[in-house]
Amino acid sequence: MKDTEGYVTADGRQIGGTLMEMRNITLRFGGVVAIQDISFDIREGEVRAIIGPNGAGKSSMLNVISGFYTPSEGEVWYKGAKRPPMKPFEVARQGVARTFQNIALFEGMTVLDNVMTGRLTHMNAGIASQALWWGKARDEEMENREKVERVIDFLEIQNIRKTPVGRLPYGLKKRVELARALAAEPSILLLDEPMAGMNVEEKEDMSRFILDVNDEFGTTICLIEHDMGVVMDLSDRVVVMDYGKKIGDGTPDEVRNNQDVIDAYLGVPH
Amino acid sequence: MLNDIFIAPFVDMFTAPDFLMQVLWEGLVSGILYALIALGFVLIFRSSRIFNFAQGIMVVFAALTLVGLFAMGIPAWISVGLTLVVMFVLAVAIERVVLRPLVGQPDIILFMATIGITLFLIGFGETIFGGENKVMITEELGIPTGDTVLEPFGGLLILQHLDITVVVVATLLVLGLLAFLNYTQMGRAIRALGDDHQAALSVGISLQTIWVLVWFIAGIIALVTGIAWGARAGVSFALEVIAYKALPVLMLGGLESITGAIVGGLMIGILEKLFEIYWGQPLLGGNTETWFAFVLALIVLLFRPQGLFGERIIERV
Ligand SMILES: Nc1ncnc2c1ncn2[C@@H]1O[C@H](COP(=O)(O)OP(=O)(O)O)[C@@H](O)[C@H]1O
Ligand SMILES: [Mg+2]
Repeated sequence: MKDTEGYVTADGRQIGGTLMEMRNITLRFGGVVAIQDISFDIREGEVRAIIGPNGAGKSSMLNVISGFYTPSEGEVWYKGAKRPPMKPFEVARQGVARTFQNIALFEGMTVLDNVMTGRLTHMNAGIASQALWWGKARDEEMENREKVERVIDFLEIQNIRKTPVGRLPYGLKKRVELARALAAEPSILLLDEPMAGMNVEEKEDMSRFILDVNDEFGTTICLIEHDMGVVMDLSDRVVVMDYGKKIGDGTPDEVRNNQDVIDAYLGVPH
Repeated sequence: MLNDIFIAPFVDMFTAPDFLMQVLWEGLVSGILYALIALGFVLIFRSSRIFNFAQGIMVVFAALTLVGLFAMGIPAWISVGLTLVVMFVLAVAIERVVLRPLVGQPDIILFMATIGITLFLIGFGETIFGGENKVMITEELGIPTGDTVLEPFGGLLILQHLDITVVVVATLLVLGLLAFLNYTQMGRAIRALGDDHQAALSVGISLQTIWVLVWFIAGIIALVTGIAWGARAGVSFALEVIAYKALPVLMLGGLESITGAIVGGLMIGILEKLFEIYWGQPLLGGNTETWFAFVLALIVLLFRPQGLFGERIIERV
């Protein structure tokens, strides 16, 4: 459901209406206010970034979107409807896939199996049918395998398909995590610092993959970064957070010239 | 003395290879059951960090239910099906009534809750089925009872048909479980949950579904081991001890390792039998099978604290 008109980006991509909307979200941990009355929207097909210094509350926001945290106040709207309180696995089944700031993979399982778990949101065959490797389960397994192989090819990790994830270097793990999220064919893909801890070359690869995903599949992406430089070229619109508050929201150019944002990043006391 | 420990047993093995094969075979029969039970523990532990103290009583409960249903005049194989239904209902009930409300509590609380389940099942089982010993419905289930005599190396090897059936069925069940865990989406979900809770949630895995599933698998395992063990020893609350035989297997194989449970179970079944026959009986007056496995596990742990197949030595921080 679209309740707003879209817009056309500088590079000519058509962005759709609102897919997800955060309305006056506040999140408290005891006395700590991690998020304070923040509202913003994510539109269909866009790359939306949330940036801000460490501790600004970016990961908390992503956790609210993906259902890992329940906001103390405020509403989450998704596909035109207010979302009732939900467990993370239910949110995942609604087409919200994510990666984690500190990579969360199934270390004992192979790359292929890890990416296959991304298809769990599309599981329809019952347990009995799976246990007995019966009709529907088998068809589904084949279909899942096909889709997963396509994602694996797309992210250029064919050569490590059968490697246990625990043995992979950091940069590749990040890519496998992206593959697993992508395998879910999500309506919205949430990436928590996808480039953190990477070297320059790995960062370039990851940027390219993110843009390709958005281009090729039209996937809506919401990504978090603390490093301002990296995301400016990637994103269509940027939310800037600092100390749990929203201090800026707009195109990369608008945000770059916003005095509050400049102050926050230069560490001006406030 | 040194001769008795280090030389004579091996001479015996060498000079009577048919008898050695007999011993190994009997070790294998026990071992595969230990492996199966240990697998039940591992699946539950991996997906919920719970050490399931109730596994033993589940064996008793499954066997009692089967025999009890049959005694009510229900045909044997239909009784098996109904017992499976009962074990499924039990799994759902445990998830709803015990696990779900206690989620997030310290592991030791959940462990104590499984002791509670054990006590409940003992009381409940006695009320419904009575406390007296019963006979497993071996023949009624069509399990063959005779034996086959082979003559390897010109000697004698007696294979009980019951044992052959147990080995075949248990092996199929273990292989089936492995295939389920490795090649189906539900199986991957079970393994995934064991590896990383957060990540599992993020790909849409429901803890509750998996918990019911692993407890139901433990119930299936309980029924199979209950039939196999009950066919030899009768059906009574003493059947519970089969589950304790899995403890040293877990010490050896690790609480989280599926391979460890299988290899560890087979190893302990075979080694304890070998030790009993070639060392225990001649040197220690026998009856070593009750404790040998624990001592073996302790010795191995001295040298390999992570167990034989420990997957994780480093504490996660
Ligand atoms: N689970 C939690 N419990 C308590 N405090 C938390 C929790 N998660 C985040 N916080 C706090 O919320 C604030 C924002 O953290 P976070 O969202 O991780 O920031 P960012 O991702 O922008 O670096 C921090 O002060 C952090 O300590
Ligand atoms: Mg963060």
